[in-house]
Amino acid sequence: MSTLLDVENLWVKFPTRNGVFDAVRGVSFTLGRERLGIVGESGSGKSMTGRAILRLIRAPGMVEADHISLEGQDLLKMSEKEMRDVRGQRISMVMQDPKFSLNPVMTIGDQIMEAYRLHTNASKSVAYTKSVEMLEAVSIRDPERVMRAYPHEMSGGMGQRIMIAMMLIPNPEILIADEPTSALDVSVQRQVLDIMDRLVKERGMGLIFISHDLNLVSDFCDRVLIMYAGRIVEVCEADKLHEAKHPYTRGLLNSLPRLDKPRDRLEVLQRDPAWSEAPSVSGRI
Amino acid sequence: MNMLEIKDLNVWFGHSHNRVNAVKGATFSVAEGESFGLVGESGSGKSTILRAITGLAGQWSGEISVNGMQLGKKREKSFYKTVQMVFQDPYASLHPRHSVDQVLGETLSLHGFRDLDARVVKLLDDVGLGQKFRFRYPHQLSGGQRQRVAIARALAPEPKLLLLDEPTSALDVSVQAEILNLLVDLRKDRGLTYVMVSHDLSVVGHMCDRLAVMKSGEIVEILNVAELRQLKAQHPYSQELLQASL
Repeated sequence: MSTLLDVENLWVKFPTRNGVFDAVRGVSFTLGRERLGIVGESGSGKSMTGRAILRLIRAPGMVEADHISLEGQDLLKMSEKEMRDVRGQRISMVMQDPKFSLNPVMTIGDQIMEAYRLHTNASKSVAYTKSVEMLEAVSIRDPERVMRAYPHEMSGGMGQRIMIAMMLIPNPEILIADEPTSALDVSVQRQVLDIMDRLVKERGMGLIFISHDLNLVSDFCDRVLIMYAGRIVEVCEADKLHEAKHPYTRGLLNSLPRLDKPRDRLEVLQRDPAWSEAPSVSGRI
Repeated sequence: MNMLEIKDLNVWFGHSHNRVNAVKGATFSVAEGESFGLVGESGSGKSTILRAITGLAGQWSGEISVNGMQLGKKREKSFYKTVQMVFQDPYASLHPRHSVDQVLGETLSLHGFRDLDARVVKLLDDVGLGQKFRFRYPHQLSGGQRQRVAIARALAPEPKLLLLDEPTSALDVSVQAEILNLLVDLRKDRGLTYVMVSHDLSVVGHMCDRLAVMKSGEIVEILNVAELRQLKAQHPYSQELLQASL
């Protein structure tokens, strides 16, 4: 399997009044043409890892790594201008809530066409047909009406599909999806995931899927990194997630209520300080 | 006796051609000490039912009676001593510039209690926070701790019926387990009645005795948890929900 992205010893640091806070502490992993899940609680550093790859951490936050290489090119050595060509075109990112990521005063059509024309020198009419095709690909009925509509006229599920369409239209090699479905209903969640799955397979993309939902990740991904306090504590095959060994992963799994196994009390996670001390497990292949 | 009885409840927003019927002809009852769940996708009207009970949704018709008393357009003071609500987002439901002590103290004095000091301490102990949290502000608390404060505030007037609007959906799974355990314990200790809204069937299955499945404003099915566990839902929509949550 060819390696698209190679991250070695990634640190994200934020200086505070009480010293430097390390949000991500020495994380290493590789991504091929696969679906890689990153799970953990809030504050475990999973979103920061995603953002750090695209160098979206704002000062005074600092990103340090031995290298973050995209097919051999080190992203950390690029200028801001070169980075702009990477963002969107080669690596793109879907955020959690479509309400906050779409421009409220631009029609959806204009936004998708802008995304396409920014990276290709296509004419407006070509961009229009492309955008309509893309909206159809994410199962939006009546794409021509949607092109004319504004974000507030869309439901959450439609908004998220529009975001996915917009992120995929420049045909990136890697898609980073940061909790793409947690603002959506269960039934809509499935649809959005199916669409993402199909597109990733068809285009041979690499997908980094960040989520706090263990069941979803074990269903949807190929490989899973489990993060705790800025480090990777365990790496496993997604379908074997339920056989995970690390007490943290076990604790998370056991704290979920289950329909098929009723219990009077749910298990509460007992945190062991040793977990955050132990060195990061490598997620490289 | 039934703690809550709802008959033919309609709730709507807007006027004439802008009218949206959020809840259509909902009928159900909850016995004293029971825990009842409302599930459905967003926009199905489950939260609107809770808001209509507390008086936060203005336009409604039908009958709502709590603890044997039928509710009118205006709620009496005794109503708020019987019914309290816990909201979804603990980041939005606490005043950012009021300390925990102020939040609980204000609620207590509004309900006419005089021994505030002892009661605030007791409430904090009951929800597992303890005294060291008493003078903290919301930004100094984690999501789970905030939700505990919101639960303490709802318990302050010593209510009989607690309305829970997705109390754990903004929290991590590990914290969710702690809050759900707390809610189970409180119900056991105080003999509370719960009406709980959630989109997560496994949470409702853990917490409730019976549940109603809602779709576009209507209750399509009422079933008990044993039936839910055996996947014996009748209505195609509830079956679909069950499949999606397994």
